[in-house]
Amino acid sequence: MKIIVCAKQVPDTNEVKIDPVKGTLIRDGVPSILNPDDANALEAALALKDRYPDTTISVVSMGPPQANYMLRECLAMGADEAYLLSSRAFGGADTCATSTTIAAGIRKIADYDIIFAGRQAIDGDTAQVGPQTAQRLGLPSVTYVQNIRELKQGSVIVERQLEDGYEVVEVQTPCVLTAVKELNTPRYMSVENIEEAYTKAITTWNEVDVNLKPEDCGLKASPTQILRSFAPAPKGKGKLLAGSIAEVSAQLVAELSELHVI
Amino acid sequence: MAVKINLEKCIGCGSCVKACPFDAITIIDKKAIIGPKCTNCGSCVDACPAKVGAISVVEEDKKGEVDITLYHDVWVFMEQRDGVLANVSVELLGEGKRLAGEIGCKLAAVLCGDGVDNLVDEIFEYGADKVYYASAPELKSYNTDAYNKTIYEAILKYKPEVLLLGATHVGRDLGPCLAVQCGTGLTADCTKLDIDPEDKKLQQTRPAFGGNLMATILIPKHRPQMSTVRPGVMEKPVKVAGAKGELITLSTSFKDGDIRTKVLEIVKGLTEKVSLTDAKYIISGGHGLQSGEHTPEEGFELLKKLADRLGGVVGASRAAVDAGWIEHSHQVGQTGTTVKPTIYFACGISGAIQHLAGMQNSGYIVAINKNENAPIFDIADYGIVGDLYKVIPEILSVLG
Repeated sequence: MKIIVCAKQVPDTNEVKIDPVKGTLIRDGVPSILNPDDANALEAALALKDRYPDTTISVVSMGPPQANYMLRECLAMGADEAYLLSSRAFGGADTCATSTTIAAGIRKIADYDIIFAGRQAIDGDTAQVGPQTAQRLGLPSVTYVQNIRELKQGSVIVERQLEDGYEVVEVQTPCVLTAVKELNTPRYMSVENIEEAYTKAITTWNEVDVNLKPEDCGLKASPTQILRSFAPAPKGKGKLLAGSIAEVSAQLVAELSELHVI
Repeated sequence: MAVKINLEKCIGCGSCVKACPFDAITIIDKKAIIGPKCTNCGSCVDACPAKVGAISVVEEDKKGEVDITLYHDVWVFMEQRDGVLANVSVELLGEGKRLAGEIGCKLAAVLCGDGVDNLVDEIFEYGADKVYYASAPELKSYNTDAYNKTIYEAILKYKPEVLLLGATHVGRDLGPCLAVQCGTGLTADCTKLDIDPEDKKLQQTRPAFGGNLMATILIPKHRPQMSTVRPGVMEKPVKVAGAKGELITLSTSFKDGDIRTKVLEIVKGLTEKVSLTDAKYIISGGHGLQSGEHTPEEGFELLKKLADRLGGVVGASRAAVDAGWIEHSHQVGQTGTTVKPTIYFACGISGAIQHLAGMQNSGYIVAINKNENAPIFDIADYGIVGDLYKVIPEILSVLG
């Protein structure tokens, strides 16, 4: 079996802070990490490899050269090979253009049975690139996959998470599945794999390598454009209630009653 | 549009490097160079000192454009499950009506299902001028391929200017597929929509970087302009009994291979359904529930008591969910549910930005936290510095 995993290197948004004066992101010292949902996607592939040892896992990512570190981490978790789609031409891509590039990379890797991606990346939270890549490859997709029940000949049965439960979906393979964190617990890198990861090559491809024209990539191929970005307006400071616990509790209930909200 | 740096004017001061939210600019040989991460947001244009003025936004060459004048009307995708309209779809009818008014066009709804004719009248009563309705057994419940094909064909034929979908597990699955089919852009999880009074284009505002940054996004040259909108953000319209509009039936035909997924079973949550979006009162707990001899389980039980007393529900921060103290369905925030209750009680929640992004539009926010410097107090209407295990029982006793 051949599995492709789509992964992205992202800034750890839990660590991102806003400059209160300028309203811009402070990214100094913010660590870059493997996007959490993508770690679940990779784990799903690794779990299948544990069961079917003749499986090969290829990780594909689009990003700047430093995304190599993240790909190395994927190799150290147990992936077999990694591809980085990196070029100035890919810059400024929205989800639509990103999916074109990722799909082109996957076409070049070829012969896949299942493509896993994370549901969404924590820097953009769009959840679009996975299903959009499936559309571009002409494949069926299931998003929000929380469990893989059964692998059959020509199909796979999965659970798709809903807001109030889940649905059991049978999807024809090859297909794209996007993982949520409930799917599994990603494994740690092993010492043995870390050593081996440095012997494995990471292949870097640009637009020419994946048969794309520069106008099909990046900003030029992005229908959405950012008009402006700004820090969310803080809400005005409220009232800090002072006194004993009995006093503040009584005061709170009195204030809320007066507003007719309780 | 593209951001260009005039290297003759650039003095290499680095102001733009600091201002760039995407870490896209580097100084090389005392000149600022824009790297591949640039999104053309323009933050650097304002940051460049006025006397230098080296950065500008320029129009790029036009090519392969869509004739956008052919596209009319605002469409709302009506999500239905078991013949019941999703709240967010109804909210979007209200928002869509406002947008259509500002553009000067009609509001249309697109509905897929199997014999859900009764919903058509309800949609007219919520203000739609038109309903595009597709009825087929394949459309009974949501299916990516079937819904995608049906709505894509309708878009090709009727050419909407704007298409809004709820940012639900359905809308966030359908939207991306439709956008690729139509070769257009899609802005995910919008919290604000506006129409430019000059050119009537849709301005879509959404949080990014876990709510640390807001971005306003345009789809200038492609149609329809597509957005998914977070549930609970827009106001529901008032129902006008007996209101009517134009019903347009969509043709549906599916051949072998069109539908490649099959829903075998739908399982409703085994636990009590948490409807955070509809709740009038939300009592949320966070990291601070683990306090001294008190366990988080004890904490959520206490919050449940207050919720029951007020007729509300229990919510949670990401920290509490990640720690496994409570199910994800209770999570409020950027990666959870956006809520807008009358009163939001944040108990032992410090107020990480991604949490604030999901609850800051609540009517009143009450914060109870031991740490007087917790950021939650910056947005709370009423703050109590104290131990929630002492304060909440006291509030309960005052309420009687």
